[in-house]
Amino acid sequence: MKLRKLTALVATTALCAPMAFAADMADEMTIVSWGGAYSNSQIKAYNEPYAEKTGVKIINDESSAEAVAKLRAMDEAGNVTWDVVDVVAADAMRLCDEGLAMEIDPDEHLAPAPDGTSAEEDFGDLLVSDCFIPQIVYSTTFGYRTDLVGDTAPTSVCDVFDLEAYPGKRALEKRPINNMEWALLCDGVAKEEVYDVLETEEGQERALAKLDTIKDNVIWWSAGADTPQLLADGEVVMGSTYNGRLFSVIEEQDQPVAMLWDAQVFDLDGWIIPAGLSDERKARALDYIYFATDTQRLADQAKYISYGPARASSAPLVGQHAELGIDMAPHMPTDPENATNTFLYNYSFWADYRDDIDAKFQAWLAK
Amino acid sequence: MSDTTQSGPVLAADGTPLKRSLARALRMQKVRALMLIAPLLLFVLLTFILPIADMLFRSVENRIVSDTLSETVVRLEDWDALSGETPDEAVYESLYYDLFVAAEAKEHTKLGTRLNYEQTGISSLFRGSGRKVDDIGEDHVKAIERASDGALKDEALWFEIMTGGSNAEGNTALLDAQRLKMEQLTSESFAADIGFVPGAEISELFPRMAVAYTDFALFTAVADEDVVAEEDPWETVFVAFAHSVQADGGAEALASYSGPGAAELQAAAAAIADLEPIAFKTAFLEIDEDWGDLGNWRTMQTYSPTYTSGYFLNSIDMQKGPEGAEPRPENQQIYMTLFVRTMIMSLMITGSCILLGYPVAWILANLPTRSANMLMILVLLPFWTSLLVRTSAWKVMLQQQGVINDVLVWLGLVGDDARLVMINNQFGTIVAMTHILLPFMILPMYSVMQTINPTYLRAAKSLGATNWTAFWRVYFPQSVPGIGAGSILVFILAIGYYITPEIVGGTKGVFISNRIAYHISSSLNWGLAAALGSILLAVVLLLYWAYDKIVGIDNVKLG
Repeated sequence: MKLRKLTALVATTALCAPMAFAADMADEMTIVSWGGAYSNSQIKAYNEPYAEKTGVKIINDESSAEAVAKLRAMDEAGNVTWDVVDVVAADAMRLCDEGLAMEIDPDEHLAPAPDGTSAEEDFGDLLVSDCFIPQIVYSTTFGYRTDLVGDTAPTSVCDVFDLEAYPGKRALEKRPINNMEWALLCDGVAKEEVYDVLETEEGQERALAKLDTIKDNVIWWSAGADTPQLLADGEVVMGSTYNGRLFSVIEEQDQPVAMLWDAQVFDLDGWIIPAGLSDERKARALDYIYFATDTQRLADQAKYISYGPARASSAPLVGQHAELGIDMAPHMPTDPENATNTFLYNYSFWADYRDDIDAKFQAWLAK
Repeated sequence: MSDTTQSGPVLAADGTPLKRSLARALRMQKVRALMLIAPLLLFVLLTFILPIADMLFRSVENRIVSDTLSETVVRLEDWDALSGETPDEAVYESLYYDLFVAAEAKEHTKLGTRLNYEQTGISSLFRGSGRKVDDIGEDHVKAIERASDGALKDEALWFEIMTGGSNAEGNTALLDAQRLKMEQLTSESFAADIGFVPGAEISELFPRMAVAYTDFALFTAVADEDVVAEEDPWETVFVAFAHSVQADGGAEALASYSGPGAAELQAAAAAIADLEPIAFKTAFLEIDEDWGDLGNWRTMQTYSPTYTSGYFLNSIDMQKGPEGAEPRPENQQIYMTLFVRTMIMSLMITGSCILLGYPVAWILANLPTRSANMLMILVLLPFWTSLLVRTSAWKVMLQQQGVINDVLVWLGLVGDDARLVMINNQFGTIVAMTHILLPFMILPMYSVMQTINPTYLRAAKSLGATNWTAFWRVYFPQSVPGIGAGSILVFILAIGYYITPEIVGGTKGVFISNRIAYHISSSLNWGLAAALGSILLAVVLLLYWAYDKIVGIDNVKLG
């Protein structure tokens, strides 16, 4: 380990010497994200300005979907090649638990808001893990085909379970998270009691029984791009997916699809820095994070994709879409019009119950 | 002369016995051959066999529990899981010290994740308790710190107490033992010199405190790279002192102590004299009432050995109960269904590959070379297209608003409201995988059929056989080795497929590999993934062996 650090140090210093870099920062970094429109928004809003400002060479990797497994494997092999990784909050918590991500002190490592509010206050409750730097709020919600739902458009998430009023197939994610909550909600459980019910064996049975009523009419998706495609093909009448995907189907591809914001589930996506980076790579990663999560940068990202910035101070700065020129604020999941009935992904509940309920859910699916 | 040689061994020209000389020559040859293949052998061994073996080994490996809670699991051995009582105070005491060190090293959440696979809720139990474990014995710690005007807040004094002064006899055995423990806990080397050796006297009088301070010293010097004498000792040191002074014989031990800081320790003991002795069990139950849950303790006890059969039991829908292996609740059983489904569907895919591939291979083998080559390109064409593209193309073809359904509706064969469901089920998986694996069936068949002499067929016919008899009695038996080779290839490839079933399989058309992939990349339960993988590997080897016994592997030809 020592030897490797030393070699890395010698190598980086040798590389840095002729160039005018800050002496103690790496001149190359690998940023891992999800790919597609999301990565594009980050490249435009963060990476390109950052590279211009510092001259650093940024390598974009699109492995976020397997980030936890890959980071674990890299850590075991003793060779972590990523510098900054974009993951959902639940994965950040697991990486933190596994000791694979470094802990962040918001006030030390992140920029304060322009009016001087500390970063910790600006991000507020969204700092759900010691290792996690929130970036955007996205939601998992339903979209429906306006031409296939008849005269009365669905208004409630429970319309998903109503086969009589809205016959046809639905697309749901092939995992218990979110589906179990929606099922209980539509089975008459009050919103604030959903997780108390879901903790119990009977509650889980009850949720699966509710899902059973539409099981034959469900196409289960595992990639975020599936539902938009199924909606565009007319394969499904309605389906759940990430709100940014639906935005691009509706506004960018002009398909006859509309949003059903009811009971949307908020989730967070953000950065982690892998544990065990060499000093100069860590310095570079922290410098990037400081830059990329400041108030203006987070607001800039919303020009390219309809995800809400995680800082309270960024919200007023959200402007228009960079190409379409439409106002982005009404398309944000956090917009008051859209956020009348929302859930927040319950991280601690699913950290505990994920394995157990998933086993039951998969067994139920296979039946 | 001839008389003597007849009775003795046959000799080579140089006088050594022929047998030995021959053996040496053969050995030389073997060594030379081995050296020729050595680079490849080493390459395969290092980059293929070893990683696979390492991965499969995880299916039984379970060091994490005993490494993290090293003392607790030993004490827990005596606990009767069926007694209906929570473990006694001693177990909770060990848990306190183990958990404290684990939380400092940030290893407790890993253990929580591991045990959460077996018992829901342990993950947050460990995460939450790790944060609060330093609150245990808070009053005692504060009282000791306040005693004799804060003398025991001095890091240097503690260092002197624990070493017993500069010339005191050291207890290196204790240091080595704790060094080993920390290495097992963190999987990192603690071999460095830490500038601290626990004193022999203090570690005899207050063993628990010496252990706690040694852990602290090791961690401070090696992991934090700080100087031991300049850092505040962990709370465990204070707690251990308070606990042993207030225990039976504690006062006498303290009275007999005359080393450095004796007066300050006396004062500290006096300061806590009015406080209730620390009750670890009560303290843990205050942190989280789940520490009183029998299921959690049973899980910790069941999974405390270094090796476990738990993962394998899990992969055949069983679990480790308090009385040995027992079936899982029915609503969690899934793996046997998936194993059986994987076998059956792989066989069906192999069967449809044979049915579709045989005529194609026959035509290829019997056409003139020129046109055969053209056709061959068509067979190979799919190989040059991405697997994902081919699978997604089947989605476009088979879905309800897809090409095939559209054509059928246009022809009036099916009604617009009764479109066929051909994807997201087993049918979709079989169609897509048959298409993808077909070349692996056609190629071996083709190369075997090319070697079948056409004159045999003509001879059979001239002897009066019908077309069918000539084919069935003469041609087909000769083409069987090709079918065998193709079938083995297709079947073994099919059994491990997961991308295609994931995309077109829906819920009924997914394979066991999809669950393996899930456990590798999503749930991170690598042990279970390894167990499932080992079983799959064993099944394939078993089938291969059965095939060899029944058909004979010599009968398989690739050309």
